[in-house]
Amino acid sequence: MNMLDFITKLLAATLAMGTSLAYATVGEVYTQKTGILNLGMEGIMLMGALAGFSTAFNTGNLYLALMMAMLVGGFFSLIHAFLCITMRANQVPAGLAITMFGTGLANFLGERLGPASNGYNLTGMNIPDKFSNIAIPFLSDIPIIGALFDVSLLTYALYILIPFAWFFMYKTKHGMVVRAVGENPRTAASMGISVTRIRYVYTVIGGMLAGLGGACLSLSFTPSWNEGMTSGKGWIVIALVIFSTWNPGRVVIGTLVFGGITSLQFSLQAAGLKMVIPSQFLGFSPYLITLVALAAMTIINQKKRGSFASPSALGTSFAIDDK
Amino acid sequence: MSELTTDETPVVRMVNITKHFPGVLANDQVDLALHRGEVLALLGENGAGKSTLMNMLVGLYQADSGEIFVKGELVDINSPQDSMALGIGMIHQEFMLVGNMSVAENIVLGMKGLPFVPPMAEIREKITELSKRYGLQVYPDKIIQDLSVGEQQRVEILKLLYRGADILILDEPTAVLTPGEARDLNEILKKMLAEGKSAIFITHKMDEVMEFSHTVQVLRRGKSVSVCPTKTIERVQDLANMMVGRDILFSLERGSYNPGATKIEVKDLLALPVGGGKPVLDNISFTVREGEIFGVAGVAGNGQQQLSEALTGLLKVNGGTISLNGKDMTNKTPLQVIKAGVSHIPADRGRMGVVGDMSVGDNLSMKKYRTSELSAHNIIKRGLVRKFADRLIDLFTIKTPNQDTSVKFLSGGNIQKTILAREIDSCGGILVAVYPSRGLDVGATEAVRQNIIKQRDKGCAVVLVSEELEELLMVADKIAVMFEGRIMDIVDAKDAKTEELGMLMAGVERRDI
Repeated sequence: MNMLDFITKLLAATLAMGTSLAYATVGEVYTQKTGILNLGMEGIMLMGALAGFSTAFNTGNLYLALMMAMLVGGFFSLIHAFLCITMRANQVPAGLAITMFGTGLANFLGERLGPASNGYNLTGMNIPDKFSNIAIPFLSDIPIIGALFDVSLLTYALYILIPFAWFFMYKTKHGMVVRAVGENPRTAASMGISVTRIRYVYTVIGGMLAGLGGACLSLSFTPSWNEGMTSGKGWIVIALVIFSTWNPGRVVIGTLVFGGITSLQFSLQAAGLKMVIPSQFLGFSPYLITLVALAAMTIINQKKRGSFASPSALGTSFAIDDK
Repeated sequence: MSELTTDETPVVRMVNITKHFPGVLANDQVDLALHRGEVLALLGENGAGKSTLMNMLVGLYQADSGEIFVKGELVDINSPQDSMALGIGMIHQEFMLVGNMSVAENIVLGMKGLPFVPPMAEIREKITELSKRYGLQVYPDKIIQDLSVGEQQRVEILKLLYRGADILILDEPTAVLTPGEARDLNEILKKMLAEGKSAIFITHKMDEVMEFSHTVQVLRRGKSVSVCPTKTIERVQDLANMMVGRDILFSLERGSYNPGATKIEVKDLLALPVGGGKPVLDNISFTVREGEIFGVAGVAGNGQQQLSEALTGLLKVNGGTISLNGKDMTNKTPLQVIKAGVSHIPADRGRMGVVGDMSVGDNLSMKKYRTSELSAHNIIKRGLVRKFADRLIDLFTIKTPNQDTSVKFLSGGNIQKTILAREIDSCGGILVAVYPSRGLDVGATEAVRQNIIKQRDKGCAVVLVSEELEELLMVADKIAVMFEGRIMDIVDAKDAKTEELGMLMAGVERRDI
C-alpha cells in the first residue's frame, strides 16, 4: 500500500468516524449557545442509536429509522429542558442524570426489542439495508480528496448542514437571538424575546441532532447494535464544542481532528504497531489529545482576550425578576 | 429647560399602580402623568420603587392592580414588545446590550418584522443617518465590549430611536458618565424633546432634577409623595428632605487634621497590562499617614482601579515597592495583605464585595471566621457568628429582615453598609475604599462618608478613590489626581480648586495651569 492510498483511506475512515460526532456537536453548539449545557449527550446518542437500529430492523425503512432516532433524541432533551428551564435545576447533574438514564434504558431495550429467535436480543442482528457509501463518478477517483466524494448520504448531508448551521448562527435574525439569549438573557428579555421559548427550542433541536448522530453509528458506521456502542462519543462531543469555540462552522475542524486521530490509531494498531506501543495506549490516545487540545484552547482564549470564550450565561437559569 | 405647555392629554398616564414583590410593597397606588415634550424627573432613594414603576410601563413586570393609558387609550402591556409597539423605550441602569455582538446587531435584536437574513448594509446606513441627526457618534460594526460606557449609552439611545420610540425612560443615565458625557446627553435629550418626544428621567441627584426636568415627582417607600413643576422648587434641600423623609446633614462631622506616623508608603510603582502596552501604573509614589484621608481623583479608567488592586494584593506589579504598616507588602497575596491590617471596599460591590447568595451574617463574618473570635479548630461557632452579625447590623443600621437573608435581596445602600461594617470592624489601621458611594442614594452616601471620616478620626490611614470631586473635597485631606496611570499632582484638599483638579484630570500638566 502506497502513501497516497493510505492517506485516502485514512480520510475516508475519518469522515465515517466524524459524521456522528459532527451531528451531535452542531446540536450541542446550538444548545449551549442559548445558555443550556446538556451533558446528556452520551445517553441521548445511545438512545438514538438504539431507536434507529430497532426501527430499521423491524421496518427496514432507514428514513423512518432516522426520524425515530431524532424523535427519541428530541424527547430526551425535552426532559433536560424541562428540568433546567422550567424547574431551574442545576444543569450539570440534570445532564448527568439524562446520560445515566439514557444509557441504562438503551442497554435494557437492546435486550428486549430483538426477535424471539435471538432471545429478544438486538445484539448480533443485521439490518436489511444500511447507509452505504455512494461514490460520485470521476470525483471519487481523485487521490486523497476523492474520499470526500465516496461517503454515505449521512455524510453528504453534513456538507450542507454545517455551512447552513454557521450561516444561520451568524447571518440570520434567529441566530442573533440565539447568541443574545446565551450571552445576556436579561437583555434578550428586555428586547421582547422569550428566553424560555428559545432555550426550549434549541435544546430540543440539539437533542434531535444528537439522536441522529447516534443513529449514524448504528445505521452506517457499524451497522449493528452493541451495548454502550457510543463508547464515550457523547463526552467527546462536549469537548468538541469547546474545541470549536461554539462556532458551528468550526465543528468541521474538531471532528476531523478527533475522527482522524481515532482512525489513525486503528490503522496503526492494524499495522502491527501494538508490538511497539501497547494497544491500550493507542486506544486512549484520542482522549489524551482531547485533553491537550482543551488546555491549548484555554491558553489561546486568554491570549485572544476572551474572544473564544463560552457563552456568558452558559449553565445558568433565568427569570426576569431574579436579582 | 424650555417652557412647556401642558393643555393636551398626557402621553402616558399611570393610575393607581400597585405592585408587590415577596415581602415588599414596591409600589403603592402610584399615579403618574407625562405630557408631550415634557421631561419628568422621578426622584427617590434606592428602593423607593422608581425602577419598578418604570419596568411595569415597559412590560418587564406586570402591575398587581392599576391602569395604564398611553396617548389617551387604556392599554395592556405584557411584554417589552407591547411597549415598543406603543413607542415606549427604556434605557436601563444596567445597560441591556449583548457584549460580544456588534452595535448594529444590538440595535435590531429581537425587532419584529426583521427579514430572515437581516440586511446589514441597510441597517448600518439607517444607524449612521440617525446618529448624524442626533449627534450620537457610533460605529455600527464595533463590538459592544470594546466601547466606553458613554458610547454604550449612545447605542442604547439609538436602539430606542431606531425603533421609533417617542416616550423615553432613562434610569439614572448619568450615574456612569463623565461630566462631559453628561453634558452631551443633555444636548441629545433637548434635540429629541424639540421633536415632540417625551422623557421620564429616574435619578437621585438633585442638581440633575433642577437642570434637566420640567416636572419632578418624588417617590418614597413605594408611594408618590409629591409632584410639582421644577421651577417652583426654591431650595434643593426641600427636595432632599422630601425624598428621605427627614432632614439631611449636608456637612459631615470631622475632627481636626493631625496626621501621625506613615502607614502606607508607595514608591515608583509600575504595572504593565497583560499582553504589553502602556503602563497602567506609571511611576506612582506617595505616602499616607495615620489619621489622614488620601483622596484619588481621576476620570474612571486612568489607573485608580489598578492602584487600589495593587495596594490590596489583587494585582501583581512589575516594579516599585509598597509598604503597609511598616512591612514590605509588594506582590503579597490578598490574605497576607489582610493580615497586615488592610481593609478594602471594592469598586464592584456586587461581584467583589459580597457573595450575593450567602446570608448577611455570613458575609459579615467572611473576614473574621478564621480568627478565634468566631471559630475554634477550623469549626465555625454559629452562636458567636450570630451575635457578631447582629451587633454589626445594629451598629451600622443595615436594613435587612434578619441576618439570614441573602445579601443580594438588600438595596445597594445596605449591601454597601454590610461591606463597610465588615471592613471597618476588621480594620487594622489601613482602609482602601474605591467608589464607596457610587450609585447610592443621599441617605446611604451620607452614612458611608461619615463612617470613613470616623475611621480617619480614629487614626486610620484611608485611601479613597472617587470620581466625584465634590466628595473628595468634602471628605479627603489630600487629593492626588491620576491620568493615564500617572499621578499628575498631589494637593491639600483645603486649598484645592475644582477647576484646577478638573484640568489635571484631563491631563494638563501642573506647569501649564
